[in-house]
Amino acid sequence: MAKAEKIEIYVNLCKGCEICVELCPVDALEMKDFKAAVKDLDKCIACMQCELRCPDFAIEVYKK
Amino acid sequence: MSYDYSKYLRKGKIPHIWCPGCGYGIIMKSMIRAIDSIGWEKDDVVMTSGIGCASRLPGYVDFNTLHTTHGRSLAFATGVKVANPKLNVIAMGGDGDMTAIGGNHFIHACRRNINITCFVFNNFIYGMTGGQYSPTTPKGSRATTAPFGNSDNQFDIAQLAIGAGATFVARTTTYHAVPMEKLMKQAFEHKGFSIVEIIAGCPTGYGRKNKLASPAGMIEWQKEHSVAIAQWEKMSEEEKAGKFPIGVLHDVEKPEYVEAYDANVGLS
Repeated sequence: MAKAEKIEIYVNLCKGCEICVELCPVDALEMKDFKAAVKDLDKCIACMQCELRCPDFAIEVYKK
Repeated sequence: MSYDYSKYLRKGKIPHIWCPGCGYGIIMKSMIRAIDSIGWEKDDVVMTSGIGCASRLPGYVDFNTLHTTHGRSLAFATGVKVANPKLNVIAMGGDGDMTAIGGNHFIHACRRNINITCFVFNNFIYGMTGGQYSPTTPKGSRATTAPFGNSDNQFDIAQLAIGAGATFVARTTTYHAVPMEKLMKQAFEHKGFSIVEIIAGCPTGYGRKNKLASPAGMIEWQKEHSVAIAQWEKMSEEEKAGKFPIGVLHDVEKPEYVEAYDANVGLS
């Protein structure tokens, strides 16, 4: 299964809507100080659900 | 990173003004990918919009853009297309902008079958002005101007467009981000007036009044209530209650307006 090398979250663009956190099928993201944050990079399967549905261009997933 | 949007964005304008969790950002991303996949030059694309949350979109993308008066994006788009038919014209607006204030322009642009792509962003509410009910607010839903529930029946934008004579009509939601991109590409390729109605979530204006305040919850709602058109045709009336079909709802060929006009006046 595909893995992510890096998940980049731009805190200045994130508005904290939680779409990425709630749609993540493997629970790899969490909320920290009202912004999205990476909880466990090893869990990420690089499905791109978060990147695809982030309305604010705030999250980018880099595949291994 | 699966796609780099920066080529098509006016970066100084980002972050955009839309509320946290607004579906319009998802639509903007799908639209950029669709334009990129069809390979249009930035200078050959014209975007027009009216007034409202949806109509802010052309401000963030680096094409030729026109932010016009309320409901009149299709009127301006028609002018642009007739003046220079080589341009690829995209008109957009929200549900209120297109079907209430601009309702007249909308039905007559459908009737003319001019080669414009029209995106209607349907979030069931007037978001920018504070959550008043719009023509697409579902019956019974609450809004700031309908605190006990909306008494009006709602518009079905896709059926309205088909009835008015549009030749390509599709519907999608912000949950279906990748199918949305493909539908948009199909709409761009279609010769004649094409409409894509996009169901989007408005957590601030609509969600908070209707117990759907979570943006992710609104996206899940779209997933649960939308049915692919092939499946929809097999369903009984009871199963269809409260749901809506998505996909290409109508696709026919008719003479295009600018070509027909030129032939009439002897220009072609």
